Amino acid sequence: MTVLEFDRVTKIYSVRGAGQIKALDDVSFSLTSGRTIGLVGQSGSGKSTIAKILTQLETPTSGEVRLDGEPIPRRGAGLRAYRQKLRMVFQDPFASLNPYHSIRYHLERPLRLHGVVPKAEMDDEVRRLLERVRLQPDAVVDRRPHELSGGQRQRVAIARALASRPSLLVADEPVSMLDVSIRLGVLNLLADLGREEGLGVLYITHDLATARHFSDEILVLNQGRVVESGPADDVILRPQDPYTRALRAASPDPEAHFASLSGSDGGAL
Amino acid sequence: MTTDLRPEQAPEVRSERTSGRETSLRGRLGSAFAMFRNRKSITGLTILGFFVLVAILADVLAPYSPTKVDNTARFQPPSAEHWLGTTHLGEDVLSQVIYGTRGIIVVGFLAAILATVIAIVVGVVAGYVRGWRSESLSALTNVFLVIPGLPLIIIVASMFDDPPLVVIAAVLGLTGWAWGARVLRAQTMSLRNRDFVQAARANGEPLRRIIGNEMLPNLMALIAASFVGTVTAAIIGLTTLSYIGVIPVNTYNWGTILNWASAQGAFRQNQWWWFMPPGLCIAAIGVALSLINFGIDEYVNPRLRSAGERARAMKKQGLDVNDPVTVVRTTTSHQENA
Repeated sequence: MTVLEFDRVTKIYSVRGAGQIKALDDVSFSLTSGRTIGLVGQSGSGKSTIAKILTQLETPTSGEVRLDGEPIPRRGAGLRAYRQKLRMVFQDPFASLNPYHSIRYHLERPLRLHGVVPKAEMDDEVRRLLERVRLQPDAVVDRRPHELSGGQRQRVAIARALASRPSLLVADEPVSMLDVSIRLGVLNLLADLGREEGLGVLYITHDLATARHFSDEILVLNQGRVVESGPADDVILRPQDPYTRALRAASPDPEAHFASLSGSDGGAL
Repeated sequence: MTTDLRPEQAPEVRSERTSGRETSLRGRLGSAFAMFRNRKSITGLTILGFFVLVAILADVLAPYSPTKVDNTARFQPPSAEHWLGTTHLGEDVLSQVIYGTRGIIVVGFLAAILATVIAIVVGVVAGYVRGWRSESLSALTNVFLVIPGLPLIIIVASMFDDPPLVVIAAVLGLTGWAWGARVLRAQTMSLRNRDFVQAARANGEPLRRIIGNEMLPNLMALIAASFVGTVTAAIIGLTTLSYIGVIPVNTYNWGTILNWASAQGAFRQNQWWWFMPPGLCIAAIGVALSLINFGIDEYVNPRLRSAGERARAMKKQGLDVNDPVTVVRTTTSHQENA
């Protein structure tokens, strides 16, 4: 089932003195539940504009974005339902949790706002959420964000996103602020959750390696345009578009590095 | 990339300290007052608390009525009967200072509460909204910033024969909120773009909760600092006005005592017991409020604190902070290894 659909979306920013900037140019793609799309591109390619349109910080100049077949509502009950269905995981887990509130508060708010469970079951639901992101409920529930590590915080942020029982998760560079050693753990968690709950995941990143590892499909953006799309391995291993090739060549490849050190040739990604 | 590290084994999942640590109310109060939990703030709060107690218990503490005239004991230096001597009318200076604390505390806090409330409303709203509403609130703040406070108070006070303390406090508050509002506006503008505010918005939190529950707690230190600053400004304003005599306040405050002492030539005749005590009290309360503000500063900007703390900790170990951090390795050990 199609969860999210971008239908020929164009976004033009008018900049005083500099004319118009096309941030998105005729972008179309669709995301089915339980699948993950990796949105790849360098800075300024339009990745963040897509995230901004989804969080309603921007509206498209033309074209339509549909969630579960409905265009993005502007207000009222429709907006509430939209915010329940589509949830964000932000880039920086140090900034996305309010330092003054406990973990319990962060998880209870969406439960309350979207009326997910009755008041009496709130505590159980909070614990269940923490267990789902593989945290020990007793150890973290009454703590404040600054008492947790970066990876733990990002797990709390994911739990907060899951609280309203969404159908789509938008993860905007969810691991780029984390230690390399724990990135894989968080990404695997997202992948597992996507599979187990039939969640659609939109994974926005500039990191080709994790995009390939983690996504079913990859969409390469360049200057607001989709230059290449398809199954993850195809796009990364057999790039057709010159931009994708350049992007691949620009990202560090450990195997190639060792290969060149040992004097032999080959060792593709 | 193919090794599949299960999330359960991920190194950041810690399971130690499993007991729930703090009851949420105590924890919340604790964090709200954390900014006062350092030596400077505690010292300042103790001095301020002393003056507040004196103001409350003035009836019990004062040995005489502050206006009791005694023609047999005029211009007396301190003695067992009059600990701080007497005035030109034989009034007890100690009693006047004690009763004078009331005016100071009442006006200081009333003005500061009023100014802080206005500063929060104007500053936070101006920082949160955008466009012409933000601009017009900012313009209003700027106008109040350049209104000269003291002349305005003199004009307002001269409209009353005997201006009540509340009126003076109101005027001091109305002219004293602009700085606080400016600072809060700037901080709110930076807070509104933080991810946790965006996350709250994406959650569907209503506006009043975004401002009240997400942003205000993060502004608490600034609000407290601006409150303390306004108390200081209001106290200095009140004593100045009373000293130059533009507000003939029937109830005594320290400025009124200084006004009488000055008018009766106490400075020339060196009747120090008359003008020193109220002067020292003004200085003491000023020091107390400044100490509280320094304490809040240290809380907000830990760099101010850590410099002194690190120096002390290093001294204990017999080290000097100014010693070079890196040690240059001599070449001999290198050569041996090679």
